[in-house]
Amino acid sequence: MALYSDVIRERFRKPRFRGALERPDVSGEDVNPLCGDRIRIQARLDGGRLVEGRWTGDCCAISAASADVLLEMMVGQPAARARELTPASILERLDADIRPSRMKCVALPLAVLQEALTKEGTP
Amino acid sequence: MSLGERCRPDFPILSRIVNGHPLVYLDSAASSQKPASVIEAIQRYYETSHANVHRSIHTLGEEATELYEAARDAVRAFLGARTREEIVFTRGTTESLNLVAQAVGRTLQPGDEIVVSELEHHSNLVPWQMVCRDRGTVLKAIPVLPEGYLDLEAYARLLSPRTRVVAVAHVSNVLGTINPVAQMVEQAHRAGALVCLDGAQAVPHLPVDVSAIGADFYAFSGHKMLGPTGIGVLHGRREILERLEPAWGGGEMIKEVWIDHAQWNDLPWRFEPGTPPIADAVGLHAAVEYLGKLGMAQVSAHEQALTAATMEALADIPGVTLYGPRNPEMKGAVVAFNLEGIHPHDGAALLDQRGIAVRAGHHCAQPLMKCLQIAGTLRASFSVYNTAQDVQRLAEAVATLRGEL
Repeated sequence: MALYSDVIRERFRKPRFRGALERPDVSGEDVNPLCGDRIRIQARLDGGRLVEGRWTGDCCAISAASADVLLEMMVGQPAARARELTPASILERLDADIRPSRMKCVALPLAVLQEALTKEGTP
Repeated sequence: MSLGERCRPDFPILSRIVNGHPLVYLDSAASSQKPASVIEAIQRYYETSHANVHRSIHTLGEEATELYEAARDAVRAFLGARTREEIVFTRGTTESLNLVAQAVGRTLQPGDEIVVSELEHHSNLVPWQMVCRDRGTVLKAIPVLPEGYLDLEAYARLLSPRTRVVAVAHVSNVLGTINPVAQMVEQAHRAGALVCLDGAQAVPHLPVDVSAIGADFYAFSGHKMLGPTGIGVLHGRREILERLEPAWGGGEMIKEVWIDHAQWNDLPWRFEPGTPPIADAVGLHAAVEYLGKLGMAQVSAHEQALTAATMEALADIPGVTLYGPRNPEMKGAVVAFNLEGIHPHDGAALLDQRGIAVRAGHHCAQPLMKCLQIAGTLRASFSVYNTAQDVQRLAEAVATLRGEL
C-alpha cells in the first residue's frame, strides 16, 4: 500500500465535498499543531441526520482526502454516527499506509466534526 | 575533491538506503548527522572513563571530570570566548535561552521592554513571552522586510531607555538571513539593554567569534553542529553572569548549603545544576575538533556554494517560490521554498520516497509564517557532508513532484 493511495490522490484532485454552506447548523475548525494546517467543517442537520456537509482548508492531501471521505461517510447518516467513527475507519476508506507522523492529518477532520456536533448539543 | 566529497565517508549514516534510494540528507538545520569520530569518542568515554564529575574521588571520576572540562576549553577556543568561566553547558539552545530568560527575567520590572524579531524560532520568543506574563514586561518585535532582512530602521526606533533585553537570532532557521548582530549589539548596548543571541543556525556554519560580536549571551546546540543531542552551550559575558542569580537550583551549583539558604558555586558551575551531560560534552568536543580541522571559513564557503546552487536550480522549476534573501552571501545554509499546489508535508513525504530528507512545516517560526502569509514551507539545509550531487538530486525530484499528486 502506498502513502498516497489512489483514493487520496483522487480526492485531493477532485474533492466532492469541498466548499462552504450558506446556512450551516453546525460548524467547527481546528489547527494541526504539526503543520499549522486549518480545517473547517460545516454541516446541515435535519431530524437528527446530517443532510449536507462541506469542508474547507489550506491543507495537505491527506487531510483533504480525509475530510472528503468523512463527509461522504456521514451525509445521510444520523449525526450520532460521527461519535462511532474513529481515525481507523477513515484510514480504511483512504486505503493508504499512513505513518504515525501523519496520523494527525487523518484524524483532524473527524475531531473537528465531532467537536462541532458536540457544541451543537447533538448526541 | 570538494569539501563535501571529502567529508561524506566520515559519516556512517550517509551510506544508508532509504526507500530504495541512497540517502540525500538535507535536514541538517533540524539536526546534523555525526562523524565516526564523534560516535567513537562517546563510545570510548562510556567504555573506559565514565563516572560522575567533580565530586568523585576515584580514578574514573577524575578522568570524567578532565574530559568534561576539556570539552569546555575546546568550546571556549572554538568560539573565541575570553575565559572558560563564560562557557556554560546546557541541554541545548532552548535550555540556554530559557536559562537567560529566567535569570534575567527576574531582574525586570513591569513596563520594561524586551525586543525580539518576527523571524525568531519559538525558543527565543516563547520564553520571553513567559517573562512578560510573569513580570509585566512588554514585548516588541522588529519587523521582517519582504526580502527577508530585519527592518533595522524599525529596530533603531524600538530601542529606548525602557529596552532591557534584545533577543534575536544570529541566523534565521527558515529564511537563512544572517542578521548584522555585531551592529545590533552595539546599538542595544548604547540603549543600555542586554543582548541574547540565538546562534543555533550560526555556529555550525559560520566562523563565530563571540568576543567580537560582543553579545551578553550567545546560545547554541551540539546536535546541529555534528555533535550529539542533549548538549548545548550558553556563552555569557563574565561580568554579566557574575551578577546574575542562578536560574535553577540543585547539586553542583552550590558551594555550601544550610537548611534555609545556600551559597552559590563559582562560574560556570553556578549555572549547571545536577549531573551534566558528560558523554555529550565529550562528543561535542570531538565535533568541535572535526569542524576546527576543516576550518569554519572553508565550511561556510562550501555551504554557501551549495545554497547558491540550490536557489538557482529551484528557481528554474515552474511553480517554485523561494523565501528569504537571494544573495547567498547574506544567507546561512538553508533554502526555504514552496511548490504551487503541493502542501509542504506532501512535498516532503514524496521527496522521502525518493530517499531525500527535507524539513516541512512552520519550522517553529509561526509568527514568521504569519508574516509570509503561508502555513509552512519545504526547507533544504546543508552541512559539511553535502555535495553538488545532493543538490542535483533534490532539484530533479522537485521538478517532478507536481505530477505526483
